[in-house]
Amino acid sequence: MANTSDTILTVENMSVEFPTLSGVTTAVRDVSFTVGREKIGIIGESGSGKSTSGRAIMRLQPPQAIVKASRMQFEDVDLMKASEEEMRSIRGRRIAMILQDPKYSLNPVMTVGEQISETVILHERATPQEARRRTLAMLERVNIRDPERVFDLYPHEVSGGMGQRIMLSMMLIAQPSLIIADEPTSALDVTVRQQVLSILDDLVVERNIGLIFISHDLNLVRSFCDRVIIMYAGRVVETIAAADLDQAQHPYTRGLLNALPSLDHPKDRLEVLRRDPAWLEN
Amino acid sequence: MSMIKAHHLAVSYGHGETALKVVKDVSFEVQKGETFGLVGESGCGKSTILGALAGRNKQWTGSIEIDGEAIGQKRTRAQLAKQQLVFQDPFGSIHPRHTIGRTLLEPLEIHGKDRRQERIEKVLTDVGLPLNFRYRYPHQLSGGQRQRVAIARALILEPKILLLDEPTSALDVSIQAEILNLLKDLRQREQLTYILVSHDLAVVAHLCDRIAIMQSGAFVEVATKQQLLENTVEHAYTRILMDGSRGYVPRRRKEAATVAAIS
Repeated sequence: MANTSDTILTVENMSVEFPTLSGVTTAVRDVSFTVGREKIGIIGESGSGKSTSGRAIMRLQPPQAIVKASRMQFEDVDLMKASEEEMRSIRGRRIAMILQDPKYSLNPVMTVGEQISETVILHERATPQEARRRTLAMLERVNIRDPERVFDLYPHEVSGGMGQRIMLSMMLIAQPSLIIADEPTSALDVTVRQQVLSILDDLVVERNIGLIFISHDLNLVRSFCDRVIIMYAGRVVETIAAADLDQAQHPYTRGLLNALPSLDHPKDRLEVLRRDPAWLEN
Repeated sequence: MSMIKAHHLAVSYGHGETALKVVKDVSFEVQKGETFGLVGESGCGKSTILGALAGRNKQWTGSIEIDGEAIGQKRTRAQLAKQQLVFQDPFGSIHPRHTIGRTLLEPLEIHGKDRRQERIEKVLTDVGLPLNFRYRYPHQLSGGQRQRVAIARALILEPKILLLDEPTSALDVSIQAEILNLLKDLRQREQLTYILVSHDLAVVAHLCDRIAIMQSGAFVEVATKQQLLENTVEHAYTRILMDGSRGYVPRRRKEAATVAAIS
């Protein structure tokens, strides 16, 4: 388990509120967690606030949203006090984000190579030649066979799996110390998913950095991450080591596990989750 | 008695030189009351088979028999009503500006059925929705409720076969469990025959008796549910898909295991 000197991110009592015409909606409520040099999974159903939490850390929430926290510390930076200019130098360079579908998150009118080099040109003032060399090396690192050819392709010319590997190389070229991956493999086929995850796994271990892995797939998070945070209706209901997920205590986590059809434990009828209003009160 | 018989079925898109054969020569039979699964990755042709069976895609060769009746490229209304499709995304497959009642009425109008109000009420009860939902619009429903509407719309013509195209992939785990249970109940109560398309082997193994694993337009293996559960499938590709539904298999740990096994 990570000790204090290894902590990359500390979030204490973070809330995200959206003012609407019919009053304030709280999407995330009093969420606290720390991320060390580990793979930490955030699991929850749609609307549980998992993506909103990930975005609030990078201050990428919509403009009308209100983020409150008693502490948000990323390495030496106080994210609550950082100016927009400081945030710009952090985003992409020190905290990187991988999104779900490369079809929508890559720029369709720029070649793949240009997009990846842009990060180092902007953040590290690398020369174009230097940027190109590093981009090609990075593409090779994510197992792209012919980097020279792929460099000049546009996003619509690559497959989904290759697109997601391009995303990975774009996010990792600037050597961030924290990666937030928001459903990075949900749009991919099973065999491709395996490939993308093992590249991500290797890079996180090799560079000794932190990963927040947001997903709705229990089996995937259980097998990929070290620790799991389970969110329900904007709250953290349980934090547990991934290996101990089967011994989870909270009825919501238990309900989710039992609702899952499984090849190893077949049952005739799946259990249906009964939502208890008491889960909303902490 | 077999409900669906497909013999040397091949389906293609496009004409002339650009024609693309998506399904290449598959044969299968589905018994009455059985659930047959089709599993494979994107682009392998699993949804295209459903399209050909449902009469959406008419560019097929080979022979199809449904309920003992040979089916041609042109079908009568009664033949079309015998099998109905349920799509993956309930957000995209229901008309956003029609009330649920209106959505359910449309198939009845097209097929000229009588006792319309009665049929709508019955089908809503069948899928476990309150009757006043007929006055609602899709955006006033949750994802799971919307998928129930999609199933109700398929059931309202009293089909013998439901063709389910990834019916739970867009839903949360807890909602998926509700829909899978509903499909099991309906199969028993209405004596329906299902063909279920999915990429998740755990879902398929839960509902199906026999499962065809597809790769680039052909079956690589037809396995029974028992084979999947006991892990005695024959084809390597099936194994890959099975590992996928269990989650992530780290390479390093795998290598470490082999090293440990050798030393």
